[in-house]
Amino acid sequence: MPAVQETIDQVKAIDVDQYKYGFVTDIESEKGAKGLSEETIRFLSAKKNEPEWMTEWRLDALRRFQQMDEPDWARVSYPKIDFDDLYYWAAPKSVEGPKSLDEVDPELLATYEKLGIPLAEQEILAGVEPKNRVAVDAVFDSVSVVTTFKEELKKAGVIFCSISEALREYPDLVKKYLGSVVPVTDNYYATLNSAVFSDGSFVYIPEGVRCPMELSTYFRINEQNTGQFERTLIIAEKGSYVSYLEGCTAPQRDENQLHAAVVELVALDDAEIKYSTVQNWFPGDKDGKGGIYNFVTKRGDCRGKNSKISWTQVETGSAITWKYPSCILRGENSRGEFYSIAVSNGYQQVDSGTKMIHLGKNSSSRIISKGISAGRSQNTYRGLVSAHKKASNARNFTQCDSLLIGQDCGAHTVPYIESKNASAQFEHEATTSKISDDQMFYCLQRGLSEEEAVALIVNGFVKDVIQQLPMEFAVEAQKLISISLEGSVG
Amino acid sequence: MNASMPIRHTQAESDLFDRFEAAKPDLAGSVAVSALREAAVNQIRDRGLPHRRVEEYKYSDLRAFMKSAAQLVSKAEVTNAKDLLAAENLFGDLERHKLVIANGSFVAELSDIEALAAEGVTVTDLNDALAGEHGSQLLASPKTGPCDGVVALNTAFVQGGVVIEVADGAKVSKPVELIHVATSSGAQVTRNKVRVGADGSLRLLETFIGETGEGELNAVFDYDVADKAFLATTRLIVGSNDAARLLTTIATIGAEAEFKSLGFMAGPRFARNQQFINFTGENSEAKIYGVTMAGGSDLADQTLIVDHAVPHCNSREFFKTVLDGNAKGVYQGRINVAQHAQKTDGEMMTQALLLSEDAEMANKPELEIFADDVLCAHGATSGQIDEDLLFYLRARGIPEDEAKTLLVLAFLSEAIEEYGEDDVTEGLEARVRDWLASH
Repeated sequence: MPAVQETIDQVKAIDVDQYKYGFVTDIESEKGAKGLSEETIRFLSAKKNEPEWMTEWRLDALRRFQQMDEPDWARVSYPKIDFDDLYYWAAPKSVEGPKSLDEVDPELLATYEKLGIPLAEQEILAGVEPKNRVAVDAVFDSVSVVTTFKEELKKAGVIFCSISEALREYPDLVKKYLGSVVPVTDNYYATLNSAVFSDGSFVYIPEGVRCPMELSTYFRINEQNTGQFERTLIIAEKGSYVSYLEGCTAPQRDENQLHAAVVELVALDDAEIKYSTVQNWFPGDKDGKGGIYNFVTKRGDCRGKNSKISWTQVETGSAITWKYPSCILRGENSRGEFYSIAVSNGYQQVDSGTKMIHLGKNSSSRIISKGISAGRSQNTYRGLVSAHKKASNARNFTQCDSLLIGQDCGAHTVPYIESKNASAQFEHEATTSKISDDQMFYCLQRGLSEEEAVALIVNGFVKDVIQQLPMEFAVEAQKLISISLEGSVG
Repeated sequence: MNASMPIRHTQAESDLFDRFEAAKPDLAGSVAVSALREAAVNQIRDRGLPHRRVEEYKYSDLRAFMKSAAQLVSKAEVTNAKDLLAAENLFGDLERHKLVIANGSFVAELSDIEALAAEGVTVTDLNDALAGEHGSQLLASPKTGPCDGVVALNTAFVQGGVVIEVADGAKVSKPVELIHVATSSGAQVTRNKVRVGADGSLRLLETFIGETGEGELNAVFDYDVADKAFLATTRLIVGSNDAARLLTTIATIGAEAEFKSLGFMAGPRFARNQQFINFTGENSEAKIYGVTMAGGSDLADQTLIVDHAVPHCNSREFFKTVLDGNAKGVYQGRINVAQHAQKTDGEMMTQALLLSEDAEMANKPELEIFADDVLCAHGATSGQIDEDLLFYLRARGIPEDEAKTLLVLAFLSEAIEEYGEDDVTEGLEARVRDWLASH
């Protein structure tokens, strides 16, 4: 009996390399010259009409980058990256500063629609307030194509724009904060980013303002042979609040692509920043071919008293993830949080975790990390919790759990816990296990299929983290996790 | 660091190379043994002493600590050793057999060789074994990874030690105390091989007495626990020595065997107790405990790697640290589970109590897991004495000092009691009290 279409679709859907966002948008684009050199940087900087100091800043970073060695401490292995074989600048051709959505290339809009990101601003119907409005900044290859809800945000005093625009419109703010959390020479990839970053988002929340809607950036790598190097800078002034979402996808390609971003957050007195990421870069196919190399430096600085920074991340994509969103808890009573789900399947390699650096009195932090490895993937949690001499009464609670599905994967935990203050109280716990036979049996007995049962149990396992995500992302994340794990059972 | 780039040697490293040239003619062993020694010295020449850029020594920078290296200690006068043994009796009147290593060399006349022979235990001088046909096997220890700098230092300079073999089925009735005595200052470097035959049983006490002055103490204990055998080792690293105390355990555990160890540290200026535990047979168990007390500007490092290379083994690691003054405590523990080592159960816990403002603790409990059907967990805590507990005791009329002593004792005793070698428990708790009284 030939298989019915439904069966074929179902089988196809559970294939490990069933990456939904693997399409390529055929759009005319403009690229800079290949290779990493002073010229590339001058070209890039000129292209973006940057002020002179910015060009110098980049060139300085390049010079330092050339002195540095690639780090090798992470549990990831990949062939050496040839930085001279990359394009550092690629942009959809038609974006000579679109004034409104109507001027944006329809191909581009179609792409974002395919990705499920509505860029058109919803009209507010009379009497009906839309519940969850999200302002979106869409970054396509090297440039930001569109930012929605700008006017409305402006009314509240919130600045939300691409970083290139911020460099032109608010150079003083950028100059004051850029590189103040992640210094130019912080690490290999951050230095590279400082030299060649193309675009990214800039957010400034003025004193006492609660940002009226969620802000979101959507990153998309489309071109071949390009690296994406975006830079995000978020500043929350005294007593302000912002929730920021970030999503990423890339087409399915045979070669590996490089993504090296830097994200800097600054929270002043009583401010709060909530930063959520759903990272779904192309993870490579079922044989481990292709996929994004994701080398990201994310750091938040709780500079003021009672400030709070919270990182929530769902990591399902990338061939290699190298990412440690951190908090520097400088202010008194400041608080850092890190909630993470890292799902790896196929040949993915994840080395991720966080750093909580307690400098201020009564600072507190919480880390909940859930790693799920399946297929032939390797999933490592690497974290640091440290209390410096003056961090009296610092508190930390860490929980990192790993779940293994299948016998060819690995789960590793490498925590560093350093206390230099007696009154600092640190607690750390970690477990590694597989889904227990009892749990599976219970679910199967109630008529669930094996895959449904795994999805149910896994969703229970990651619940603590999903709860921290904003509504829109929570649903997406839950779906993503079940997609990523499809095909991992049996 | 690029290995091919020649490094600039420190004073201590240059001293060590001089020491090697001076000592070479007197160091025991066959041609193969001499070759191993040369290779070990060359490793130090290439890489230097272990330093903070070497991940395993991140918190215990031996290269920075060792300002110079003294010559190897010269042979001890037996009478001097005898006097010291009488003066420093760490286990009181506990009934036990004794084996004595004085200034790095085994001293048969101070050891209970005959009584042990009657219990099925053969004792040989390491230097005799090193000169024999299989001598080089005693120094080749692939299980530690050839890279460990402390083991390389040991291999290069081994002066002597003892080989203890417990016959198959022999259950030694009394504990055996292996005592390292230093009668004069100078570096003391020993290697000791202990093999417990199938179904055999041995309880070992390892003690170190006397001052080594400027010279480091470097002792490696290589245990081989055969199928169904039992070995418990209690290691006491006490006394206030200014030079480094470097202790290494390499344990190979057969099937259905049990290995237990307690590393008890109090006092040295710089002490590292590192253990490499390897399971080679199924259904075995290892229980590793650590009790550390450090004050002043001491550094106390407990490091271990438990390698679950075979299925169905359990391991339990439980470490307690109390820090005072400017002391720094280090715990690095790693459980490795190989891909086919299914049904592994590993449980690691490290807890630190900081008694002073300036004490520091670094905990690094790691899991490295390649098998899916395992249960592994680790926990780490650090903090100060719970004010509520203190208040509770004081409200009952117990003076503050005494209340603190009680709480610290209770904290450390958890590990000592779980270790469960009852005949040494009392002695160890007395040492905790002594340490607390002096801090």
